[in-house]
Amino acid sequence: MDLKPGSRLKSSVCNTELIVVKAPSGNMDITCGGAPMADPAEAEQNGEVAADAAEGTALGKRYVNENESLEVLCTKPGDGSLALGGTPLGLKEAKPLPASD
Amino acid sequence: MNLMMLLEMASSGFGDRTAVGSHGRGLTYEQLFQRSGAAAAHFREAGIDRVSMVDVSSEALPIALFGSAWAGVPFVPLNYRLTVPELRLLASEVAPSVTVCNDDALAAIEDLDGVRAVVRPDFLTQWAEGSTPDSDWNVDPDEIAILLYTSGTTGAPKAAVLRHKHLVSYIIGSVEFMGAAEDEATLVSVPPYHVAGMAAILSAVYAGRRIVQLPNFDAAAWVNLVRAEGVTHAMVVPTMLARIVDHLEDVGGGLPSLRALSYGGGKMPAPVIARALDELPETNFVNAYGLTETSSTVAVLGPEEHREAHRSDDPAVRARLGSAGQPLPAIEVDIRDEEGNPVPNGTSGEIWVRGEQVSGEYLGRNSRVTTDGWFPTNDGGSLDTDGYLYVEGRIDDIIVRGGENISPGEIEDVLLSHQSIADAAAIGVPDEQWGEAVAAVVVPAKGQTVDIAELQEFVKAQMRSSRTPDRIEVRDELPYNETGKLLRRVLRDDLAGSR
Repeated sequence: MDLKPGSRLKSSVCNTELIVVKAPSGNMDITCGGAPMADPAEAEQNGEVAADAAEGTALGKRYVNENESLEVLCTKPGDGSLALGGTPLGLKEAKPLPASD
Repeated sequence: MNLMMLLEMASSGFGDRTAVGSHGRGLTYEQLFQRSGAAAAHFREAGIDRVSMVDVSSEALPIALFGSAWAGVPFVPLNYRLTVPELRLLASEVAPSVTVCNDDALAAIEDLDGVRAVVRPDFLTQWAEGSTPDSDWNVDPDEIAILLYTSGTTGAPKAAVLRHKHLVSYIIGSVEFMGAAEDEATLVSVPPYHVAGMAAILSAVYAGRRIVQLPNFDAAAWVNLVRAEGVTHAMVVPTMLARIVDHLEDVGGGLPSLRALSYGGGKMPAPVIARALDELPETNFVNAYGLTETSSTVAVLGPEEHREAHRSDDPAVRARLGSAGQPLPAIEVDIRDEEGNPVPNGTSGEIWVRGEQVSGEYLGRNSRVTTDGWFPTNDGGSLDTDGYLYVEGRIDDIIVRGGENISPGEIEDVLLSHQSIADAAAIGVPDEQWGEAVAAVVVPAKGQTVDIAELQEFVKAQMRSSRTPDRIEVRDELPYNETGKLLRRVLRDDLAGSR
């Protein structure tokens, strides 16, 4: 599916929900727990988290692909872990910024 | 994207932490979520287009802000210091609205068409109680979240548009979710109608940092509240910091709980920040540069850079204290000439910014953002070779003397470096020969008198003679608005009248 900043995604096999922070154009095959993710309005819960994609997602953490062209934020945590085109997404290292307001 | 997403995450991640008020007695994130939902249900029922507020900071502020986001209508904090005719004009423009207000504002606006005025106690007991709406908030990122009216008092009112996508991008890009330790508290003393007042709430909620509010700024009250509430973080405008430092120098005792103090919203006089660094040796200082149209901060000078510059004898390193630091990771900064072409490092020009948080838009007017996303800020400035941004002030304030562009900031910096001067402003005044001449208004330092001829020589020795003020006036203080902006227009009128 095509993703753009602000798009929301829901897992079909766990409670994970995401918001897209940035994404390249084109078709993005993003999965959670081994199953395709979908718009929350259309997502149906069926199936189970695949054993090889069960590390889970954490609330408020950002996940990126290798070249960081895709970045998503976890708004609801779940048991499945995220992948793009079969390659697991990594946790984005948060560079701490000083509080400014 | 919706501001409510930030509060929902906070409520599910650390719902029993205190969000607003005194530790253990204020509202928790879960309560803030519930009350915002209750307010949203009432807002929807009222069938209004905006939720407005004419009041000082209180717990009603975050409830009304998030409640309007949930209800799907813009939140419009108005200046509670406006005159009655000014307030009536804006309140009419904002209608149909629910307006949460103080008693004075109620009397001023309750007869207006489409304005449903509610005093704060009634809002808290009647509107912020009850059940949450049946349906969730709208997630369209292009919906308007906040409208902020500019402080200008001439011409038609102008409202900066901040959409959910701008503010959410700003928070996600600059604040770590639950990044605050449980004992942290931030003191908000800027008013609700200032972009920093809005950004402070959103940042604190997402970080999980308790909000302590000071309704009307006063240096002694601010210091007392930091001590009483164990405040760890705060943001102030330069005029506030000057008064806080004066007060601390009088009463002593420092502020041991205060880990981080950020400042912005106007030019910080170098002597004030130097005194503050001496008075608060354990505190981390952060200079934040931003505009209403950029959803608050776009560049920061961090704590290490402050201390390094303060310790250094190297003028180039020391000069960094006057810098706005480096752009946030999600922000690009360019310096461009009048034609919009980039200029080399070290050259002054207009500051342009680009990023998801940049709105650059006013209600009912064409956006100033270019098709490729760049926003000309109308602030002058330069970047050095290490990427540090130096802000020179509004381009409209630049003095044009005989075709030469002179930035008031550089003259002010020189004036402020003189031991007899506590505060200084340089402005252009009409001049038959040069078009504009340079004039300065200065405030003497405690116990000092100003020798005008000597001061002119002092400036001349450091700058070209064309930049030396032809005229210097001495005043007890300079005119600032309550959010720390120097009112140059008032000075121009003052000098024109006293000729």
